[in-house]
Amino acid sequence: MYRLLRKIALTAKVVVPEKELLLLDTETLGQELSSSIKKLFQGSLSIREVAAGSSNAEEQELTALSNSYYDIERFGIRFVASPRHADMLFVSGPVSRNMTEGLRRTYAATPDPKIVVAIGDGAIDGGVYRDSYGVWNSVSDVIPVDFQIPGDPPSPKVVLASLLKILRETEKSTDVSSENK
Amino acid sequence: MEFLLTPASVLLLFAFFFIGSVGAVFIERLFSDNGKMAGFWGHGFALLGSLLGLAISVSVLFFGQGIAFTLPTVFPNFLLDFRLDGIAAFFFGIISLVSALASIYGFGYQKHFYGKYRLGVFSFFYNAFIASLLLVPIANHALFFLLAWELMSVASYFLVVFENQKEENIKAGFLYFLMTHFGTVFVMIAFFLAYKATGSFLFDDWRAATGTITPLIQGIIFGAALIGFGTKAGIIPLHIWLPEAHPAAPSHVSALMSGVMVKTALFMLFRFFFDFFPGAPMEWGLVIILIGSLSALLGILYALSENDIKRLFAFSTVENVGIILLGLGAGVTFFSIGLESFALFSLAAALYHTLNHAIFKSLLFLGAGSVVEATGTRNMESYGGLIKLLPFTAGFFLVGSLAISAFPPFNGFASEWLTFQSLFIGMTSAEMIIKVVFFIAIGSLVFTSGLAAACFVKTFGATFLARPRTEEAKNAKEVSVFMLLPMGILALLSFLLGINATTVVASLIAIIASIGLIRPVTLQFPFSEFIQARADFAAILPLESIALLLGLVFLLSFGAIWFVTRSRKIVVGPTWDCGTPLGPRGEITSGSFSRSLVTIFRGILRPTRQSTVEYHDEDMRYFIKSQEIRTSMSDPYRKGIYQPIGVVLHFLASQARRIQSGNVNMYILYLFLTLIILLLWATHV
Amino acid sequence: MNTLLFIFQLLIVPALSPLGIGFIRKVKARMQNRVGASVFQPYRDLWKLFQKDEVISEDASWIFRFSPYLIFAITILIGASIPVIAAVPVALDFLPSFSFLPAGDFLVIIYLFALMTFFLALSGMDTGSAFGGFGSSREMMVAALAEAGLLFSLLAVSVTAESGNVVAMVGNLQYLPLQALFPLLIAFLAFIIALLAENARFPVDNPATHLELTMIHEAMILEHSGKRLALMEWAAANKLLIFILLAVNLFFPWGVSLSYDSFSGLLVSTLLVVGKSAILLFGIAFLESTMAKFRIFRVPDLLLTSFVLGVIALAISITF
Repeated sequence: MYRLLRKIALTAKVVVPEKELLLLDTETLGQELSSSIKKLFQGSLSIREVAAGSSNAEEQELTALSNSYYDIERFGIRFVASPRHADMLFVSGPVSRNMTEGLRRTYAATPDPKIVVAIGDGAIDGGVYRDSYGVWNSVSDVIPVDFQIPGDPPSPKVVLASLLKILRETEKSTDVSSENK
Repeated sequence: MEFLLTPASVLLLFAFFFIGSVGAVFIERLFSDNGKMAGFWGHGFALLGSLLGLAISVSVLFFGQGIAFTLPTVFPNFLLDFRLDGIAAFFFGIISLVSALASIYGFGYQKHFYGKYRLGVFSFFYNAFIASLLLVPIANHALFFLLAWELMSVASYFLVVFENQKEENIKAGFLYFLMTHFGTVFVMIAFFLAYKATGSFLFDDWRAATGTITPLIQGIIFGAALIGFGTKAGIIPLHIWLPEAHPAAPSHVSALMSGVMVKTALFMLFRFFFDFFPGAPMEWGLVIILIGSLSALLGILYALSENDIKRLFAFSTVENVGIILLGLGAGVTFFSIGLESFALFSLAAALYHTLNHAIFKSLLFLGAGSVVEATGTRNMESYGGLIKLLPFTAGFFLVGSLAISAFPPFNGFASEWLTFQSLFIGMTSAEMIIKVVFFIAIGSLVFTSGLAAACFVKTFGATFLARPRTEEAKNAKEVSVFMLLPMGILALLSFLLGINATTVVASLIAIIASIGLIRPVTLQFPFSEFIQARADFAAILPLESIALLLGLVFLLSFGAIWFVTRSRKIVVGPTWDCGTPLGPRGEITSGSFSRSLVTIFRGILRPTRQSTVEYHDEDMRYFIKSQEIRTSMSDPYRKGIYQPIGVVLHFLASQARRIQSGNVNMYILYLFLTLIILLLWATHV
Repeated sequence: MNTLLFIFQLLIVPALSPLGIGFIRKVKARMQNRVGASVFQPYRDLWKLFQKDEVISEDASWIFRFSPYLIFAITILIGASIPVIAAVPVALDFLPSFSFLPAGDFLVIIYLFALMTFFLALSGMDTGSAFGGFGSSREMMVAALAEAGLLFSLLAVSVTAESGNVVAMVGNLQYLPLQALFPLLIAFLAFIIALLAENARFPVDNPATHLELTMIHEAMILEHSGKRLALMEWAAANKLLIFILLAVNLFFPWGVSLSYDSFSGLLVSTLLVVGKSAILLFGIAFLESTMAKFRIFRVPDLLLTSFVLGVIALAISITF
C-alpha cells in the first residue's frame, strides 16, 4: 500500500494540454450551436453513449477519454448512466434494425435542450456496413443529428477536440440562428 | 351533560347495542332486500352506541369523575359491578372511537355481503362484539369480566367465520377459538387464585388486599395473567392465531380486532400489574420487557416476509404490542425499584402507543379493506398503480404508513420517542441486570423501527405505485364515501395526536396518576431538554414546531425553485428501462422487495424454496420445458411447539379412551366406585 | 439579528455541500493521477440542471413529483439544526415556535433522515422501472440495518454529554476531561460506518457507477431529470455534509464556538471545522480510491459491526 501511494504521489501528471486540443484540425460536421446553449453546457455536460449496432471500436476509444491522459472530466464533461440525466447523446454504429426502437426511446427520454452527435463513419453514412439489409445506414435516418465526428474510429484526441469546438465560442460569427432543440 | 356521568347512560349504551343486534335479525326476516335494511340498522345502532360511549368516556376524563354502580343478579356470588375510572374511561374512549368509525365504514362495506351472506346475523354478532368490547374495561367483578371476555371471544369467532364459503376462514376460526380459550383458562387460573387469596370476586377487594397475598401466589397470578392476556394480545409465541383470524374477518371487524381487542388484553395486564397488585418484583418487569423485545422484532420480520396485505398488518400488530409491552415493562421495573415518576413516564409512553396504534392500525386495516374491495384479492402481488385509481384511499393509507413507521410529525413518532426516552432512563440505572435488559430492549426497538419503515415502503409501494399487475388492479374504482370518511378522520387524528404530543402526554400522566398510585414529583431527566423538571410534566418534545419549520422550509424552497425554473417544460414519456418495452413483469414485486432482508434474516425466518422442473428430454436433462418455483416461510411455532403439544394431547386422549369400553355396565361400575370413594373421603375429612 | 442568523443557518449547509462533493471528487481524481474537475464543478452541474427541461414517466404519480421537494426541505431543516460553526439554538424572535432547537434532538434527526429515505425509496418504486425498484429494496435494507449503529453511536455521545440535543451535546462535551471521551472514539468508528452506508459511499455503494446492478442510491434517481434531479443530488450532498459536520463537531468538539457574539471565536471555529471536515472528506476519498465496493450480502456484516461497536461504546459510557 505504501509503495502504491508513493508511486501515486511521485508520478508526474501527463495530460493532453487544452491548447493542443484546440489547435487540432478536426472536421466536425454540423451547424454551430446557439450562444445560449453553449453557455449552458460550457461548464458542465453529461453524455450518454448509445451503441446502435456499432463494431464497438468507437466505444473503446471513448473509454479512453476518462483516463488520466485525456481526462475529459477536467472540462466538466462526464458520462452518465441514464438518458434522463444526459445533455448529449453520442450515437455510434449504423443503427441496426433491432436498435431502432431503443434509439428512438433513448432520444425521447433525454430532456431538452439536447445535442445528438453521431460518432464514427458507421454512424454518419453506414461505413463498412453501408447498404446492408440489417442497418439504417445513418443515425440521421432515425433521430435528428446535430453533429458528426468522422473517423473509423475517431481517436480520443479528435473526439475531445471536436467536443471542445462544439461547446466553446469560436472566432467565427456567433449570430448563427440555429437553435438545436 | 351530567346525564353522561350517570349509570343510566351506560345502560342506555348497552341498550343501543341490544336493540341493534336483536332488531337486525328481525328486520332481516321482515324485509327481503338482501339484508340491506338489517345492515343499516345494525351498523347504525352500533354507531349510536359507540358515539354515546365516546361521549361518556370524554366526560369522565374531562370532569375527572368516574361512574360506579352495581346491578344484583339472582346468583349470590355474581354481581354486575360496573366501574369506569380514569384508565377504564381511556380505553372505553379508544374502543368507542374506533367502533364508531368502523360502523360508518360498515355502511359502505356491507354491500360486499348482499346476496351471499345474511346481514342480520352479521349485525347481531357485530353489535354483540362491540358491546362486549365495551363491557370488558367497565366490569369490576371477576365473573362478570369472564362473561364479557367470553362473549367477546365468541362474538368475534362468529365474525371471523362469517364468510363461511371460504375454507380457510373456517380453519382460521377454529384455531382462534382454540387459542382464545387456552388464554381464557390461564385468565381463570389467575382470577381463581386471587379469589382464593382474597375471598372475593370483586376487583375492589383485590385492590384493598394487596400485601396480604404471598409472593408465591402473586407470582403465579402474574404468570397466568401474562400468558392468558398475552394470548389475546398476540405475544410471541402465543400469536399463531392472529395472522389467521384477523385477515379472515370482514375488514372493519379486522380493524376492531387488531386495533381494539388486543388493547383490552393490554388494559387487563396494566390492571394486574399496577392496579390490583402493585409492587410486582423487578423480575416481572424485565420479563415483560424481554417478551416485548422478542415480539416486536419477530413480528416485524414476519410482516416483512408476507405478501397477503392483511396478514402483514396482523404481524405488524404483534410488533406494536411488543412496543407497548416495552413501555409497560419499563414501568413495572421502575416502580419496583422506587423510581415512581419514571414509572409514570414509561406508562404514559405505553398508553400513548396504545392509543396511536389503535388509530393507525384501524386506518391501515380500513385502507386494506378498501383495496381488497376494489380489486377482489388480498394478494399484494396482484396490486399496483392503484394510486391513480384510488387516490383518496392511497393518501390516507400513506398517512397510516407514515404514522406506523414512526416519522415525525405523526403520532407514531411521538409515542416511539417517549418509549425510547423511558428505555434510555432505564439504561442508566444502577443495577447491571436492568442495564442489560434495557440494552436489549433498545437494540430491539431500533431494529424494529428500521424494519417497519422498510416493510411499509414495500406495502405502500407494491400496492399503490407503478403499473397495475393484473386486470383486477386495472379495473379498480374508488370506494364509497362511507368508507373514505372514517379513514380520513383517522388520518387527521394521526396528524393531530402527533403535533399535540405535549398535551396528550400531560393528559395521560394525569389519567394514570388518577388511579392514586403514583404522584408525579419533580425529577431530573438526564436526557432531553424537553422533559423539564416540572411537577406537571407538561413540556414534551414540541412536534408542532418541527412540523411548522418543515412546512416553512418546504414552501420557501418550493417557491424559490418554482421561480427559478418557471419557464422549464415537463414532458411526459414512458419509463426508461434501457429501451425495452416495460410491462407489469418489469416492476419489483412485494416478495422480491423484501427478499434481501429475508435472506439476511434467514436464520430466524427460515424461508423455503421448492423447485419443480420439467425437461424436454428426461434422459438428457439439458433443455427445460417448464419450471415452477414456490417460495414460502416455514412456521416454526406450529412445527416446534403446537404440533408436539397436539401430538401429546392426542396420545393422552387415546390412552384415556381405554376406559371408554362402550359397555353400560362398566360405566355403572365407574359411577359406583366414584361414589364410594367420595363418601369415604367425606367421612374422613 | 436573530432573523439573519435564522436565514444563515438555513442557507449555510446547502451553500457549502456541493463544495464537499467537489472536494471528494478532486481528491479521487488526484489519486488516479488525473487533473479532475474543479472543486466548484458540482455548482456548475446544479446550475445547468436547473436550466434543463424534465421528462417524467407516465407511470409516475404525485409522489414522484412531490418527493424531491420534501427530501430537499428535510435536509435543509436538519442542516439548520446541527452545530456548523457555532453550537447555538436559533429561533425567530417574533415567532418562537419557529425554533431549530427541537429538530436538534438526535432521535428526531435520525427519524427525519429515515423519512427522507422512505420518500426516496417510494419515488424509486413509483415509475415502475426494474432498476428503481431494486434500488429501493436495497436502500431500505441498508437503511434498516444502518440505523442501529447510527443510533447507538449517537446514544453513546448523548449519555456522555448528558443531553439529547446535538447543540447542547457539543457544549457539554467541550468541558469534559479527555478520558471521559474514550468511548467516543469507538462510537466514532460506528458513526463513520453508518455515514458511509447512509450516504451511498464505498464500501456500501458506488456513487459513480454506471452498472445499474451495482447501484443503490443512483438507481432510485435514474428516472429524475432537470430540476428534480438537481434537488435529489443537492439533497444527497446536504446529507453527506450534515453527517460530516456531526462527525467532526460531536466527536471532536473542541474549538466549536458556543455563541454568535465573538468574531474571533467564530473565526477560529470556522477554521477548525473546515480543517476537520477536510480531513474527513479526504479520508472518505482515500477510502474510495483504495478499496473495492463490497458484495451486497457482505454489507449487513459491516453494518452489524457498526452496531456492535456502538453497543460497546454505549456499554463503556454507561458503566463509567
